[in-house]
Amino acid sequence: MVGVRPDESTYDDAVVKMFLGATVLWAIVGMLVGVVIALQLAWWPANLGLQYTTFGRLRPLHTNAVIFAFGGNICFTGIYYSMQRLLKTRMWSDVLSRFHFWGWQLIIVAAAITLPLGLTQSKEYAELIWPIDLAIAVVWVAFAVNFFGTIAVRRVQHLYVAIWFYMSFVITIPVLHIVNSMAVPATLTRSYPVYAGLTDGLVQWWYGHNAVGFFLTTPFLGLMYYFLPRIAERPVYSYRLSIIHFWALVFLYIWAGPHHLLYSALPDWAQTLGMVFSIMLLAPSWGGMINGLMTLRGAWDRVQTDPILKFLVVAVSFYGMSTFEGPMMSLRAVNGLAHYTNWVIGHVHSGALGWVGMISFGIIYWLIPRLWKRPLAHPTWPATHFWLATIGIVLYTVSMWAAGLTEGLQWRALDAAGQLKFPLFVDIVHQLRPFYWMRLVGGSMYLAGAVMLGWNFLSTIRGRSPRIEPMPAAAAS
Amino acid sequence: MLSIEQGKESLHRLIEGRGWLFAVLTTVAISIGGLVEIVPMFTARLGPEPMPGITPYTALEIAGRDIYIREGCYTCHSQMVRPMRAEMLRYGEWTRAGEYAYDHPFLLGSRRIGPDLQRVGGKYPDTWHYEHMRDPRSTSPGSIMPSYGWLLEQRYDTSDVVASLKALRKVGVPYTDEQIVGAPASMRAEAGDIVGRLATAGVSTDPDREIIALIAYLQRLGRDGKAALSRGAP
Repeated sequence: MVGVRPDESTYDDAVVKMFLGATVLWAIVGMLVGVVIALQLAWWPANLGLQYTTFGRLRPLHTNAVIFAFGGNICFTGIYYSMQRLLKTRMWSDVLSRFHFWGWQLIIVAAAITLPLGLTQSKEYAELIWPIDLAIAVVWVAFAVNFFGTIAVRRVQHLYVAIWFYMSFVITIPVLHIVNSMAVPATLTRSYPVYAGLTDGLVQWWYGHNAVGFFLTTPFLGLMYYFLPRIAERPVYSYRLSIIHFWALVFLYIWAGPHHLLYSALPDWAQTLGMVFSIMLLAPSWGGMINGLMTLRGAWDRVQTDPILKFLVVAVSFYGMSTFEGPMMSLRAVNGLAHYTNWVIGHVHSGALGWVGMISFGIIYWLIPRLWKRPLAHPTWPATHFWLATIGIVLYTVSMWAAGLTEGLQWRALDAAGQLKFPLFVDIVHQLRPFYWMRLVGGSMYLAGAVMLGWNFLSTIRGRSPRIEPMPAAAAS
Repeated sequence: MLSIEQGKESLHRLIEGRGWLFAVLTTVAISIGGLVEIVPMFTARLGPEPMPGITPYTALEIAGRDIYIREGCYTCHSQMVRPMRAEMLRYGEWTRAGEYAYDHPFLLGSRRIGPDLQRVGGKYPDTWHYEHMRDPRSTSPGSIMPSYGWLLEQRYDTSDVVASLKALRKVGVPYTDEQIVGAPASMRAEAGDIVGRLATAGVSTDPDREIIALIAYLQRLGRDGKAALSRGAP
């Protein structure tokens, strides 16, 4: 940081620690549910005959837990930590910070109770019933007031690029959430959306795609812009590139939703818009990847030895790969093969495990010694975690690509007489068994890495190792 | 360390120094795409046209649809046949937009762990669905779908369905007062028919079981559309 570094003790790091602890907890819970439903596809009796644990009820719990509980909490961790330092001021309101923290955790607990009970609105990543939807809106408003309040009382004039990305997150999420959740309640736990049929589908995928865009992409790019230069101790590669790719990304992302409805009866003009903007989205996405990777120029020797930098490099690389794959899958011809298949699951997880997960782990390992002022209890474990996670992702995505291509091709295969080559759907399901087991292994490895992080985290914060003051640089790695 | 290339006083530097202006510009940038794509869907010319011959779900079918939603059937089964030769051979006519006119929420799904269900209505007898829910492997050897035995035991609540119909009317489904008031009676009649058909096939059950409502919904899927298309609808 150029200029005077203000006294760190004026910042509210207590709330950052709370969010970090919640992140670690929900990461393990959300990934565990993922492993359970992966097992259910390989071995169907794994719901143990209970209605509360079927794939249909647990899959939304998995997606909500990893996106909003794990993903949300790490965003808030990073935002509360970096905002105070970038704006050189304490968060505007400690009360709102705590309201935000406890409100968000309460929403997650409510989700974990209602979804296995089958209380759902069924719209993907927007399944939570209407009273919880209202709570989300209230908690988000509290967060937004605190966010903009902090910007208003900042002690620097210019907003750093990370703040731009956070701002797009804070503004866009409530817009998506409120528009998509418009519904008329029938009972306390059931409601019906005001939109019908394909209009409901379009609104949902405008929401769903931009939940990926503005919940799993822009805030994480903000985190990248703050933590990557700090951890690598290099300045951001290009200021101009960050301006161009920020505005292009936030403008273009919103249009891409209809690529989830290609070949549906959605009007052609909407499908084409979705496809064209998805292709254009490649440019600003790669702008972010290039700015991230090039920031490491001159620090590549440290990548070999520092597991935190390894996490970040793999994260940014997966960001680049999945934002290349996404536009390709939005091409109508490719989508015709990929849609409805495991390929989509593989694509999502290369982004979720590769980009969101890996950058989060890197940031968490960097933050723990700084926040608790103790070295990691198990300093060699992050390297093991890194390899477990990386190999786990490769097993996961490769098996899902193979499974997706297998089913996609067999669904459409015709024999010489022009009839279906595999007329029985269940025969195709059978071909996927080995891939489902392979995915289970990959996902379990990834979960094992997260458990290592959890154990290391608990040992560190409850350990009796001496507090370090000031932080020696070596403790970070 | 974090400082970006400073010293160049560009137009963008001015925006970066004004938080509120930055927020307004961001809001504008993220609003345009959604407005351009979503608003025209509510107009007759650019949005999907309702298909003639599509009628709202019956009270019993709504009860079944709510069970379909509760169980997350849409996480494994799509309801959208794409206009491709192989899909039409496997499932039947591709789905028209107007067939979904009364679908609140839409249930297109995004994944086919199991087959598409858009045209499943009338494909199998009621007993097939009953046995399939009790033990999917009894009708589809090798299926990986869990057994849904509890649907054969649990009972649906008719007063709950009345509340659903009232809410659905508020979002635009044209239910009449008679249909809403008479829902419990019409449900009993429709459920009685299904129970009768099951009984002739040797399956004995009660009309108020959840499985009956689910069968009613599944047997309805895609049928109006198929009938309209056979009459020559576009």
